[in-house]
Amino acid sequence: MSQASTEIIRISGHAGSVPGAGLNREFQVCKLVDTTTCIGCKACEVACLEWNGYTFSETTFDNTYQTMPETAWNYWNLIKFNEHERADGSMMLLMRKDQCMHCEDPGCLAACPADGAIVQYANGIVDFQEQHCIGCGYCITGCPFNIPKFSPEARKVFKCTLCNDRVSVGLEPACIKACPTGCLHFGTKPEMKELAETRAEQLRNVSGFADAGVYDPPGVSGTHVIYVLHDAKNPELYGGLPKDPHIPYSVRLWKGPLKWLGNFAMIGGLVGLAWHYMRYGPKNEEPIPPDDRRRV
Amino acid sequence: MQTSRRDFLKVAGVGGVAATVFGFDLKPAYAQLKELKIARAAETRSTCPYCAVGCGVLIYTIGDRAKNVTPQVIHVEGDPDHPTNRGTLCPKGSSLEQDILNPRRLTKPQVRRPGATDWEDISWDTALDEIAQWTKKTRDATFVEKDAAGHTVNRCEGISFIGGCTDTNEFNYLVVKTMRSLGLVYLENQARV
Repeated sequence: MSQASTEIIRISGHAGSVPGAGLNREFQVCKLVDTTTCIGCKACEVACLEWNGYTFSETTFDNTYQTMPETAWNYWNLIKFNEHERADGSMMLLMRKDQCMHCEDPGCLAACPADGAIVQYANGIVDFQEQHCIGCGYCITGCPFNIPKFSPEARKVFKCTLCNDRVSVGLEPACIKACPTGCLHFGTKPEMKELAETRAEQLRNVSGFADAGVYDPPGVSGTHVIYVLHDAKNPELYGGLPKDPHIPYSVRLWKGPLKWLGNFAMIGGLVGLAWHYMRYGPKNEEPIPPDDRRRV
Repeated sequence: MQTSRRDFLKVAGVGGVAATVFGFDLKPAYAQLKELKIARAAETRSTCPYCAVGCGVLIYTIGDRAKNVTPQVIHVEGDPDHPTNRGTLCPKGSSLEQDILNPRRLTKPQVRRPGATDWEDISWDTALDEIAQWTKKTRDATFVEKDAAGHTVNRCEGISFIGGCTDTNEFNYLVVKTMRSLGLVYLENQARV
């Protein structure tokens, strides 16, 4: 197994720096989802289940072709179907493959209090280490894409791993391999970005989608899953893709200033205790006046 | 400034403890990953049995084909070297593993007699014998030697044959030879179903 691709650069809830981070040269991987050529066949959903060994779950029918309302702890990959009425009255069926976005600045990792439960590899994959997970669910709050899901059976949280067991030996993720229309691509981040931009330009200039563009949100410093959208100005149309995703401010506050304030108060208390001891000494017993000795 | 042996040992000891506590470690950190489940599994090429496209699939079985191992399918995925699908598969093809590992999979021939409501299990020998008898009976009943204009045609209009997508060229050659020798005209393939 190639260790280089699984070198850790970020660790959740970890005191101090990550050992040896950034010493090796490493390429960044990326999934490209071209929503304009997706036909909603769900081959990626099945391939994901097959590879990860999860059984087929109960499906929910809600008058669309969608398998279930949202991803589940054992269903990491879901095509979201959305009917959209355009300005001229014509209908469009928008289909988007929903899965972990593998953010460059992951909200789940920032929110996680367990040392090493969430790590980010040098190739950009954000991975849950279930053996360290304490099942608190803070990552669910931290994620702007509603991806980590709690398993009541395992009492832990699970999500897409970007098939790191495949990627680490040089294979593509299972969903990418299955896609029959080629709307899914896998490669290095710069290559996928270039391919996405070329396709968006084609959609703008040739196919008449004036607002076509690439979704690589800067609010989370970019993602390792990028989309080509017909209408990049309204990503909400594609099953609630956030327009400007960012780590919730509550998480930022809790993990930033409040954490330091807490540490300061704790250490301040200890220092104060030591100072008080040295300045005033221990509290001595009051000497009993000689007259009262008989009473004792 | 003079450093005594005692002072040196003190500083080195404190420094060593500090380095361990604060984690000065130049060795990169690695995660414990799930092993690739097909790393040393036997890889067998096959063809998807569903539609007429005939996508190539790779079937992974446990063991390395050693004599003392009973192979068991653990994973199926697209064959990247197959010219038809180049590694891709549709949702039905992607679920092939569950087609193989399925308690409801048919592993022996069954027949539903005329008028019967249930399927009954029969042996391969019985099945082949019955098929041969029905073929003979139908062919005798529907064989046309001459058409209305008096041309010799020697055809059997009561039977047709349909081939599947996993049939090889060699198999198809034999099928055409056998069926044409019976006088069959209707040879069909799955691509038009």
